[in-house]
Amino acid sequence: MSKQKPVEDLTYEEAFTELESVVTALESGQRLLDESMSLFERGQALIRRCAELLEQAELKVKQLSGEEITDFSEDRV
Amino acid sequence: MDQIPLFASVRWTVSDLTRYLRQLFESDEMLRDVWVQGEISNLSRPRSGHIYFTLKDSGASLRGVMWRSNAARLNLDLQDGMAVAVHGQISVYEAGGQYQLYADQIRPVGEGALYQEFLRLKATLEAEGLFDPERKRPIPERPQRIGIVTSATGAALRDMLDTLRRRYPLAVVILAPSPVQGDAAPPKLVAALEGLNALDPGPDVILLARGGGSIEDLWAFNDERVVRAVAASSVPVITGVGHETDFTLVDFASDLRAPTPTAAAELATPVTVHDLRANVTDLAGRLTLAVAALLDRQQADVGMMQSRLQYASPLRRVQNERQRLDELARRLNAAQAHRLDLTRTGLKGLGRRLDALNPQSVLARGYAVVTRQADGRIVSRTAQVAAGDALTVCVSDGTFDVDVK
Repeated sequence: MSKQKPVEDLTYEEAFTELESVVTALESGQRLLDESMSLFERGQALIRRCAELLEQAELKVKQLSGEEITDFSEDRV
Repeated sequence: MDQIPLFASVRWTVSDLTRYLRQLFESDEMLRDVWVQGEISNLSRPRSGHIYFTLKDSGASLRGVMWRSNAARLNLDLQDGMAVAVHGQISVYEAGGQYQLYADQIRPVGEGALYQEFLRLKATLEAEGLFDPERKRPIPERPQRIGIVTSATGAALRDMLDTLRRRYPLAVVILAPSPVQGDAAPPKLVAALEGLNALDPGPDVILLARGGGSIEDLWAFNDERVVRAVAASSVPVITGVGHETDFTLVDFASDLRAPTPTAAAELATPVTVHDLRANVTDLAGRLTLAVAALLDRQQADVGMMQSRLQYASPLRRVQNERQRLDELARRLNAAQAHRLDLTRTGLKGLGRRLDALNPQSVLARGYAVVTRQADGRIVSRTAQVAAGDALTVCVSDGTFDVDVK
């Protein structure tokens, strides 16, 4: 918890993994109240981030030509 | 009689004629690009690496040669008697005075021949352990990058992209396009697989796919080079070639075989965005519950502290003291009342005794009190009075005056 990235910078996988550990830590009930409340706030922010990423997700399609990766235009398909 | 020819005929040298014939053959569009079907005979593979053979059917035969450069790329165990289709160019071997087929590709023909080749290669690769079940790797549940090897213009790609978009739009797709049929396909498929494997970060899974077609159309996926590239891939490969009933050799070498390209895309995304939504909702519920439980526990702790505090409180002692005080006050009151009773009783006795001493009651019995009017003193002896003194006599109901005689 020492070097928390702002949730806006997290990928879905990162946000979800951290959310799981936050919930597990809270469920263990081992934390102090103050710490628990900040964990809870972090957890809420992570939930919002995950939901936002799921809603906004759009499949990205790239093309590998040689060793180069370029955007792939699906209009040709 | 000999007739003198009007025109002298052209007299060729053998070389000139043969060269002329060669040019004739080579200028013919049709003969420059032919597929010829027949049965292999007189097969010869000398050390030079070239392949010599005769292609024949029931009515004719055709000499053929395949130069070393093409022969090296031939992926076919050529045998006498094998039915094949040979691609190449018809030209003339001038030194031998023979037209022949200069071959660049040889393919087995007919279902039977293809199937035999399929079985032969399958047995070879199986014996090498390329198809062993223990080689199969698990497919990652939540791929972040999905490699696709297929034609950039095929329906298979569209189907896969639609499926991935619907099921798991979080992923990034990296398409390594390649032709999926024809002789150019196998090396391009191999290059595409190798290109995806070389990426860093690489894909988490690769879909190798092609829509349905004839067995010849799908043949590139039975190519030994392609099968070996699939087996060698460090990234797990899902194959989806043709239809449900089509099995190609890459299906045996891959980590997972899907019946169609769409199914391959589904198997590559075992967890969908709907599952993820449900997971997040579930975690959100657990988070709220955990905090509610925590607050409950804290509240209970505070309640417990409160009752312990109350027990230890000075207020309690004050109340105790107050109670003792009340008790004392009650006892005091009781004592007081008792004493008053006693006093009252004593007073009554005194009263009675006092009554007995009341002079009034003596008067009532007939005695009288006599006082001298001159000085108001009570006369208790005769010597106190002389004749002519005025006296007052007090009896029980009043007084009267008398004079002494």
